Amino acid sequence: QQQQQQQQRRHYEELAHKSGFSTEQIKNLHKRFRQLSGNKETISRANLDSIPALANNPIKKQIIDAFFDKRNQRQDDEVGSLEEIGLEQFLMVMSHFRPPAHKSGEEERQAARRQKLRFLFNMHDTDGDGIITLVEYRKELLSKSGAIGHQAAKAIADAAMLEVASTNAPHMAPDDFYEGITFEHFQQILKGLEMESRMHIRFLDVDTTTMRCGKATS
Amino acid sequence: MCGPVLSHRQDLLVLLLLSLCSSGGKCEIQKSESTASASESPFHNEIDQPQAFPDEERASLPVFTMDYPRIQVPFEFTLWVLLASFAKIGFHIYQKITIWIPESCLLIAIGLIVGAIMHSVKEEPPAVLTSNVFFLYMLPLIVLENGYFMPTRPFFENVGTVLWYAVVGTLWNSIGIGLSLFAICQFEVFGVQDINLQENLLFASIISAVDPVAVLAVFDDIDVNEQTHIVIFGEGLFNDAVTVVLYSMFSFVADMSAFESSDVFLGVARFFVVGAGGLLFGLVFGFVAAFTTRFTHNARQIEPLFVFMFSYLAYLAAELFAISSVLAIITCAITMKYYVEENVSQRSCTTIRHVIKMLATISETLIFFFLGVVTITTEHEWNWAYILFTLLFALLWRGIGILVLSQIVNPFRTIQFTFKDQFGLAYGGVRGAICFALVFTLPDSINRKNLFVTASIAIIIFTVFIQGISIRPIIEYINIRRTNKDLDTINVEIHNRVMEHIVCGIEDLCGQWSHYYWKDKFKKFNDRFLRRILLRDSRAESSIVSLYKKLELQTAIDLLDTPVGDLSAAPSIVSLYDERKNSSQPQKNFLTEDVRKMHDILSKNMYKIRERTMAYTNKLNQPDNSRAREILIRRHASIRRSLRAASFREMVSLFLKATHAHRPQTASQTVPLHRVLILHLPACSEFVSGELGRHRQHSSSRPIIPLRRLNTVKESTRAVGQSDSSPEEDVLEERHPRGHPVAAPRKLSSEWDQPPAEKEETVAPPPLPVPPGWVADSQNIRDNGAGDPLLGHLSQGSQESGRS
Repeated sequence: QQQQQQQQRRHYEELAHKSGFSTEQIKNLHKRFRQLSGNKETISRANLDSIPALANNPIKKQIIDAFFDKRNQRQDDEVGSLEEIGLEQFLMVMSHFRPPAHKSGEEERQAARRQKLRFLFNMHDTDGDGIITLVEYRKELLSKSGAIGHQAAKAIADAAMLEVASTNAPHMAPDDFYEGITFEHFQQILKGLEMESRMHIRFLDVDTTTMRCGKATS
Repeated sequence: MCGPVLSHRQDLLVLLLLSLCSSGGKCEIQKSESTASASESPFHNEIDQPQAFPDEERASLPVFTMDYPRIQVPFEFTLWVLLASFAKIGFHIYQKITIWIPESCLLIAIGLIVGAIMHSVKEEPPAVLTSNVFFLYMLPLIVLENGYFMPTRPFFENVGTVLWYAVVGTLWNSIGIGLSLFAICQFEVFGVQDINLQENLLFASIISAVDPVAVLAVFDDIDVNEQTHIVIFGEGLFNDAVTVVLYSMFSFVADMSAFESSDVFLGVARFFVVGAGGLLFGLVFGFVAAFTTRFTHNARQIEPLFVFMFSYLAYLAAELFAISSVLAIITCAITMKYYVEENVSQRSCTTIRHVIKMLATISETLIFFFLGVVTITTEHEWNWAYILFTLLFALLWRGIGILVLSQIVNPFRTIQFTFKDQFGLAYGGVRGAICFALVFTLPDSINRKNLFVTASIAIIIFTVFIQGISIRPIIEYINIRRTNKDLDTINVEIHNRVMEHIVCGIEDLCGQWSHYYWKDKFKKFNDRFLRRILLRDSRAESSIVSLYKKLELQTAIDLLDTPVGDLSAAPSIVSLYDERKNSSQPQKNFLTEDVRKMHDILSKNMYKIRERTMAYTNKLNQPDNSRAREILIRRHASIRRSLRAASFREMVSLFLKATHAHRPQTASQTVPLHRVLILHLPACSEFVSGELGRHRQHSSSRPIIPLRRLNTVKESTRAVGQSDSSPEEDVLEERHPRGHPVAAPRKLSSEWDQPPAEKEETVAPPPLPVPPGWVADSQNIRDNGAGDPLLGHLSQGSQESGRS
């Protein structure tokens, strides 16, 4: 029992080192992981699909896919998707949402921002070729638009691509075409977006099930 | 270059002269009043005396009389208001001043000048300026405006922090300043030994309150990041509760000789009464107002009245019980706004907003102005030591207070306040008119009252001038994190929404709680109960489809609205020429209006799940709604009215600049960045006659128009490209038979793809049956001078078409 606990502790520490969470947070997330997976070692898509709260979310599918996307594991050059994920992969994806540390330097901030942008980019770039093409963009907008109507969503996607093209490749000749949004372009157009203050979640240090109204510290 | 500058100076001079004349005119009028009364008396005497010689000349009918005392008060009031307004106009003529010197400083300066003039001619300041007038008439207007236009999303996200700084911060400041001043008073050398502890604490509680008016006036043009801004803004508003309690507590205690500990407990209890009472009053009145507007659809003209009357009632009722009236009116405004704006007509909504802004601006202008005037004309007692120490302690304690408080609250915040933010918070703590008015209400039993008055004025002037002027360069120098208020790109908007949904989703996945949870809960409660009771038309907001169609309508109308000045010739010819000329250069893509409309579409329709965002408001302008959910719709009648020959040309030329053009066949080729639309003249004339629902006309006009599709991106395969275009045509076809009651919006829904042919008809829409719960509001800081068009509210479209 002792040995098992120690082993687990070491495991957590390893994970903490890789993902940047604290061991407390990992413990909580592990609990949640077990809850989701039904006490198994891995989570499959079906597990995540069945979360009731996610049902209202228009981009539910993309979010779930993001968990199974190899590119979000921060091991570069791996493309494709996994069938099932273990705790480590779960944590790696979650680590994209860590809030900016209070005392992070400029470089760390930039790195974190880049990571979050990469996450977003991977979400849009469904075929994994490194470029968001118009088709992908449209498809993604369509899935979210729902009530807007296909035409408008398409039009908006077109307009957005136009915008990217004009800001990043303003000197294109009339006969050129614009392949798609690369990650650099993506970064460029989203320069004005305040990601640090938006795309983060307060990961609790204490167990959510016992302390419902506590202040979150992360 | 010299020309305009000189004319600016001349304008300024003229204004100055005018203002001097008006104040001088007042003096003259008062003098002539005495002569008028003098001239009346001989007349009077004549009648009284017995008529000794009845044939002597009798009094003749007065042709010209003057009765100044009768109109004196309103007349003087109007003159003062005008004077202050002239000053305000004067500042804005010379733009560069207002960038560096906040308006409040300028107004105080002008007030000082006028006060000096009045003092030198031995005039008294207008008797109307009493504390009562300030608290009962001027302050509520300002606070109403602050509450009504408060950005609710950032506020509720930061509500804990705001209250923390407001309550604890003010307490800390008051007690700290009071105690240190008392310590200073112990020294004989300064000559203020007779001020006891209670009086010091009382004075400290007055000057420790940050004033929202002054703060906003200073922070107006500086875009600090959202968190800092909302904290300092909210702090200014909500510290009123604490100030009220402390003031009443200390003034009560100042009469007594001793200070007991039970008073402290009572004070705490009183604080809760004051705070909770204010909130309660505000909520009650807010809900009553919202409920009332549910029934006002037959009395549209008086709708704005309810907003004002109920807010004012909330304020006065709170004043009656000596609870925090500022809190009451703010809560009332926040509560009421959401529901009222859905219930009232479009015009009433615009009216409400405009009137609130106008009254608040006037009130604020007057306040600063009078601050200047009264500074000169009151009795002062100057004590170097006391005043300087007050200043020093005020700054010191605020700085320390912010530091300590931030350290405590930072761990609880996700986005923490850096030292730069804290400096901004501390340095932005500007005192203002509330402090000034409060000090005049000090009971006269305090024998050093004049000293307190002088000290308050000194602090106010110091903070407003020195801190107000220097804060802008300092903030720029230390490079506080700024907010990016320009939503220029569609991509930013889209991805913003994507992020919010992702975060929501991940949170659900994690099973975490956050403020989204509370928001969600509130939203459910809102939908189930509140909306049903308070709104006339409480169907759920999710009828987005028709909403979207109205949006397109609006977009089309707005496109027509923007004047485009550079094309005046016959459209088809010009456009052809243009195109050939510019075929080698990529042109700029979208009108700002288009982008803005896309923003509107996105923000209104997509990703509405859990958040209701409000645009950040600029104090002097109407709220910038590029992210807000309200929309303008112009009604049929007003469109017809606006269709003049000149605007016809504009509209036509606008078509040339519209976004997409549809190219019939060779869709696989790409033409990246051109935006050209070729419109045929006969089609335009059809449009002008403005008949709707002419399908035949519509379809017949299509072939006439050779349209070009704008493809920026090559379709991945030709097959895809072509199949892409055909579904669009299919959709167009299939839309015709669809039994939608309104013809125009249907066509509008593919405004981007199907160009002017449909745009023509969309321009003059019939009164549309609007989905419920759909609000419209005028918005937009439009620099292109389109102004706020008259808007018609669609939710009562059919009923209202005759009215307003």
